[in-house]
Amino acid sequence: MPLKKILNAEQISSIISRLAFQLIEEHNDFSNTVILAIQPRGVLLAKRILEILIEQSYKVDLGVLDITFFRDDFRRNEKSLKANKTNINFSIENKTVVLVDDVLFTGRSIRAALDALQSYGRPISVQLLNLIDRRFSRELPIQPDYCGIQVDSRLNQKVVVKWMEDDDEDSVYLERNYNE
Amino acid sequence: MRILYIWKEIIMSNLSVNHLLGIKYLSLKDIEQIFETTDHFKEVINRKIKKVPSLRDLTIANLFFENSTRTKISFELAQKRLSADVVNLSSSASSVSKGETLIDTVNNILSMKVDMIVLRHPSPGASVFLSKNVNSCIINAGDGTHEHPTQALLDAYSLNQKIGSLKNKNILIVGDILHSRVAMSNIYAYQMLGANVKVCGPKSLIPKYIESFDVSIETNLIKALKWCDGVNMLRIQNERMSESYFPTVREYVQQFGLNKKILDSIEKEIIIMHPGPINRGVEITSEVADSEQAIILDQVENGVAIRMAIMYLLASKI
Repeated sequence: MPLKKILNAEQISSIISRLAFQLIEEHNDFSNTVILAIQPRGVLLAKRILEILIEQSYKVDLGVLDITFFRDDFRRNEKSLKANKTNINFSIENKTVVLVDDVLFTGRSIRAALDALQSYGRPISVQLLNLIDRRFSRELPIQPDYCGIQVDSRLNQKVVVKWMEDDDEDSVYLERNYNE
Repeated sequence: MRILYIWKEIIMSNLSVNHLLGIKYLSLKDIEQIFETTDHFKEVINRKIKKVPSLRDLTIANLFFENSTRTKISFELAQKRLSADVVNLSSSASSVSKGETLIDTVNNILSMKVDMIVLRHPSPGASVFLSKNVNSCIINAGDGTHEHPTQALLDAYSLNQKIGSLKNKNILIVGDILHSRVAMSNIYAYQMLGANVKVCGPKSLIPKYIESFDVSIETNLIKALKWCDGVNMLRIQNERMSESYFPTVREYVQQFGLNKKILDSIEKEIIIMHPGPINRGVEITSEVADSEQAIILDQVENGVAIRMAIMYLLASKI
C-alpha cells in the first residue's frame, strides 16, 4: 500500500506549538480549564501540548478519557471493542474542557466522548482540539475549535499518525488502498 | 466494511465461547481478556455516575430456579450499569410450579425478544442443556453441583489483585467440596491460571475422583493452611445433603473451622476468601471473617465488575 508522507517531525512539532499557544491565548492562566485526552490516540498529542504549556510555566490538569463503553458501533462490528484506562482525578464541574484527539474523522468518537464526559460532572463548555481534520468525512455535526491541519481524503484512505514513543518517528502518512 | 477504518488498537479478538457455561469451556486467553475488561469496569463502578450505555439495546432475563442473594443482585446491578433492560423470574413465582418444562419456559421468554439468559438451576448441567436446546446466549449463574463460573472468575480476580499472578501460587479450598459448584469452577480457574490447588475437608465430603484433576487432598487443616497463599472457605451445603456426612457440626467446626487461634499459629499471612453465604461460627469465625486478611467484601465488589465484563464481551457475539 503506497504511503504519502504529509507531515514530518518538524512540521508536527511546529503545529503542536501553535496549538499550545492558541490554547494559552484563549484560556489565560488555565485556572478554569482542564485537558482531556481521548484514549488511545489522543494521549501522546495531549502530553506534547502539556510539555509546552509547562515550559511556559502554566499549570494544567490533564486527564485521559476512554470512550469504549460509550461508542455507538458496539455490537455492529464482528469483534469486541477493547477498553483502555480512564484516569480523571479532578472534577470537571464548571470547568472548560478541551478534548484532545489526533484525527477527527467521522465525529463519532467525539460524540461518544461528550457522552462519557457526563459521568464526571457538568462542564461549563467543551472544546475540541485535533491534529488532523479529515474535513470531508464527517457523519455528525462536529467541528474542531483548534485544528492542526485539514486533510482532504476519501473514505477508503487511511490517515496514519506515528509518534516517536510508539513508532520511533513523528510523522503523518496518507495511505491509499488500491484494492478497494 | 466500516471495520477497515477503525484503528487496530480499539478492537480485540472475541471470546472463544458464545455462552458462559463453565470455566472448563474457557481458554486462558478468555480469562485474561475477561480480567482485563473487568479492570475497566471496576473503574466505571467507582465513578460518581456508574452507568455506561453499552448494552442499551439488549434485554436480559435472569431466571433463578434456586435461592440467591449476592449472585442475583450482582447480575442485576451489572446489567443495569450496562444499561440493559432486565426481567427477573424466580421459580416459586412462575409457571414452573404448574408443570412447564425448562425449555418451554425459556422459549416463551425468548419469544418476547430477550437476548440473553442468566440461569441458576438446581440440576447440574441445566445451562449446558439449555444452550443446546434454545437459541440464545446463556450465562450459567450456578447449576446444581456442576459449575458456578462467575464466582470462580471473581475469586481468581480478587486473589490476583491481592497477591499478583497466580502462577505457581498455592491455593487451598476447605469444606464441602462434594456438593460445591464453586469448588469445581475454582479448581478449573486456578489451575488454568497456573496455581496449585489443594482441598481440605472430611473425607466424606471430598469427591473420590478429585485427585484425577491434579488436586491433592489434605485432611489436616493446619498443615494445609501452612502450605497455602490463599484459602477459600466453603459452606456446608445442608440443602444438598440427603444423608449425614459427618457426626456433628461441633465436630466439623473443631476439625475444619477457621478461627483466630489457628490463623495465628501458622505464622504466615494468607488471604481468606469466602463465596458467601457465611455460616458464622461454622466454617469461619466472625473474628476471622471480619479481619484484614479476609477479602470477602472485595469479592462481592469485584463480582459486579466481573459480570459486567462477561456480559459486555458475550454481547458482542450476539
